[in-house]
Amino acid sequence: MSKATYEPVIGLETHVQLQTQSKMFCSCSAAYAGADPNTHVCPVCMAMPGTLPVMNRQAVEYALLTGIALNCEHPEASKFDRKNYPYPDLVKGYQISQYDLPFSANGWLTVDVDGESYRIGITRAHMEEDTAKLLHRKGNGSAYSLIDLNRSGVPLLEIVSEPDIRSPAQARAYLQKMRLIVQTLGVSTGNMEEGAMRCDVNVSLRPTGTQAFGVKVEIKNLNSARSVQRALEYEIERQTRALETGERIIQETRGFDEDRGITVSQRSKEEAHDYRYFPEPDLPPIFISREWVAELRSGMPELPDAKRDRYVQQFELSRYDAVQLTSSVGISNLFEQTVALYPKPKIVANWVQGEIFRVLNDTGIELEASHVTPDALVEVLGMLDDGTITQAVAKQVFEEAIKTGATPKAIVAERGLTQISDASELEHAVAEAIANAPQAVADYRAGKQQAIGFLTGQVMKATRGKANPGTVNEILRRQLDQA
Amino acid sequence: MAELHELTIHQALDALRSGGTSASALTEAYLARIERYDSSVQAYLNVTADRAREDARRADERRAHGEDAPLLGIPIALKDIFCTNGVETTCASRILKGFVPPYDATVVTRLADAGAVLLGKTNMDEFAMGSSTENSAFMPTRNPWDLSRVPGGSSGGSAAAVAASMAAGALGTDTGGSIRQPAALTGVVGVKPTYGRVSRYGVIAFASSLDQVGPFARDVADAALLLGVIAGQDPFDSTSLPEPVPDYVAATKRDLRGVRVGVPDEYFVAGMERGVETAVRQAIDTLTELGAEVGRVSMGHTPYALATYYLIAPAEASANLARYDSVKYGYRAPDVKSTIDAYLRTRAEGFGPEVKRRIMLGTYALSAGYYDAFYVKAQKVRTLIKADFDNAFNDFDVLVAPTSPTVAFPLGAKTQDPLAMYLSDVCTLPVSLAGLPGLSVPCGLSDGLPVGLQIVAPALGEEMMFRVAGAYERARGPLPTPPLA
Repeated sequence: MSKATYEPVIGLETHVQLQTQSKMFCSCSAAYAGADPNTHVCPVCMAMPGTLPVMNRQAVEYALLTGIALNCEHPEASKFDRKNYPYPDLVKGYQISQYDLPFSANGWLTVDVDGESYRIGITRAHMEEDTAKLLHRKGNGSAYSLIDLNRSGVPLLEIVSEPDIRSPAQARAYLQKMRLIVQTLGVSTGNMEEGAMRCDVNVSLRPTGTQAFGVKVEIKNLNSARSVQRALEYEIERQTRALETGERIIQETRGFDEDRGITVSQRSKEEAHDYRYFPEPDLPPIFISREWVAELRSGMPELPDAKRDRYVQQFELSRYDAVQLTSSVGISNLFEQTVALYPKPKIVANWVQGEIFRVLNDTGIELEASHVTPDALVEVLGMLDDGTITQAVAKQVFEEAIKTGATPKAIVAERGLTQISDASELEHAVAEAIANAPQAVADYRAGKQQAIGFLTGQVMKATRGKANPGTVNEILRRQLDQA
Repeated sequence: MAELHELTIHQALDALRSGGTSASALTEAYLARIERYDSSVQAYLNVTADRAREDARRADERRAHGEDAPLLGIPIALKDIFCTNGVETTCASRILKGFVPPYDATVVTRLADAGAVLLGKTNMDEFAMGSSTENSAFMPTRNPWDLSRVPGGSSGGSAAAVAASMAAGALGTDTGGSIRQPAALTGVVGVKPTYGRVSRYGVIAFASSLDQVGPFARDVADAALLLGVIAGQDPFDSTSLPEPVPDYVAATKRDLRGVRVGVPDEYFVAGMERGVETAVRQAIDTLTELGAEVGRVSMGHTPYALATYYLIAPAEASANLARYDSVKYGYRAPDVKSTIDAYLRTRAEGFGPEVKRRIMLGTYALSAGYYDAFYVKAQKVRTLIKADFDNAFNDFDVLVAPTSPTVAFPLGAKTQDPLAMYLSDVCTLPVSLAGLPGLSVPCGLSDGLPVGLQIVAPALGEEMMFRVAGAYERARGPLPTPPLA
């Protein structure tokens, strides 16, 4: 018996970069990825004396949209505050953020893990500006740092979850769901590798069945959903071991070492800052009218949960399948576009969840970067239906199409993969298989029906999957019984 | 005929428009005045003579092409708190020595569009923190009426430049009295507009919820003209107000019949000089004679304004001044060993004592455990002070009071006693906290030194303020000019 004596309590803080055209408080382009350092800058985002912030309406709307999608409440009047701390990447010496009146609060989202659905509370979602980037260098025996201000002032949404998460898998699913929501809304790329989405997690353990929280450890700067899961798995194990041996957990900040798969202590919480928040006098309060929220809500695209429920209803899919098919914007688009051309949703669903997921997984190619198109899938399915190709060939062809971008028909024609149903063509292949496998023939004669399967496989192999399996089976039995 | 430097802006514009003079001649006249007197007054940190001559040449060219503009060819001085593209801007602080902004403050752009000539950047208390211009990191400015006395502050350089006819007009900033008090102490007109009336973009921030830009001029109509040029909404300042800018100059010409003038008891404070009170009371009598209905009013929260101000303004300043960290621009202490070393030594060496005092006060007021007792409480009192004004303006169109409880005091008299210095602004601080427009107009001399009458109007009530000031000024008649050798 495993001694499951502790329960993890997990909460996430997620920073989402909003993909607005301009930065949060100035007209510099926010699309700085790949740009030379310090080329997306102006006096405002360089914090030159006398400059003032001017709020980007699009950023506010993106923030509100996200809050609406997360089922949040919005205050009638919101405001910005200054969060004071000195650091070279914080050009003004304070960050314009939101303290006691965030745009959004008290929301939730749902995640599906292993067939179970969980509701995770959202404490708040507030706007703040991103910092500059420090590049630490060493040269000629001295260490120095360079500053790239391109990121300074890019709008961020910080989304804080309730401590409702109970497993690393749920944490991963939460982050994936959050990414799906912001991508669906079009407010962020959600690209964690590029830092468009960053995550800190808080985790503590408590004896199962108790209510009081244990001592919390924060793991900072996790840059993928997988890292979140791995870091949490390690940290829960570490804390469990510590508690079992009577050690005390220290409230601290830890980092995750990706290579070694372990968390490492960075600093203890005693050094906590006093941020001296106070209302930002350079920006007027923002009034969030019901009309504004309603207008934003009405312009919102279909959200993942609604889409999932619609799939269950409209396409008569299982909830599990619907969750899978709505797990990314690209997948659900592919699914729906294919079904529009080929109205057999269950077959399409099987192909998407089977072949497409397998190939993407095996090759590590992102859906968006692959050659998967509804047309290719429909072509393959059509050739299957009219008997042009076998199921086995269909899989080969589709994989090829995904990798190369050639059309399935062209692949079939070029490589001569058309199904062989003509008995005369198959008689020879079958005879050869029988001749080459005397043991299997003996087994068959001894009454072992499985031997048929082996021999069929040999024929399929010899015909590179093109043989119609039904016809092969028929001929096999006839030849074996005749001899 | 008067000499060129003696002309008001309106008179100079008449002369320019009639071809009686040129912008270049006017500019040379002011540069000559500066050459002659500024070594003793020390109003300017930086005289931009080349720029002034170039501006003037262009103004004359424009006029020759038949163009006109509200200030075409008028030489103006700017407090060194306004960012000027390509011209060093220091805020009279060592920490910004050598800083050359790559942009103009919105008011600088508006002056340039109106055809003004930039004479130079004037001295001030470092980061506008002070009431005597003695907190400048570089030098004190002297009062043209008595060179052993201060011109007031923080915009003392701009006030002294206008008083000594070393500029036709000037801009300053007023956070707690920094335009009105030096205007009073140097015998010129100074205006602090409604908070939000003039853009703060490019104005180096001291206390963001209080800072306002305003003009200095030799008479009320000139001040009205200057304010009309710089006022109005600015997309680069979210706190600037959208209301259209009325014709302030026209307002200065109206009479006072039926105007209700309130005199708040609390502004005639203990410690007020007798000569100041006499001059102010006489001015109030003049208003009555002009047909105004004058009455007393009580504003009970006035005594708390000073303490309130000295929590809110330093709190905001503590954040506003955090950016001077040696990383991006300005002064950096030599041979720093680390980031923290660079921060500590740069700021220790770059800021003067008054700036450090206020950063510490503000940091303290915002600290965990003190925030509610200090910052939040101060904001509540600020609301009460505003309510006092709201109530008073139910019964009165304007309020009048002394601008400063004293005339100009000797250099060094209050530098060792910060609280005594702070009390210099006791009559102007409440108006700033309420965000209201206030104007100081000279109302006579006391022992040979100017006294200022403060006129306060409701928010966006600048027209009424100018109306009262203009009518009073006409009735008062001309004042003597400073006895500069």
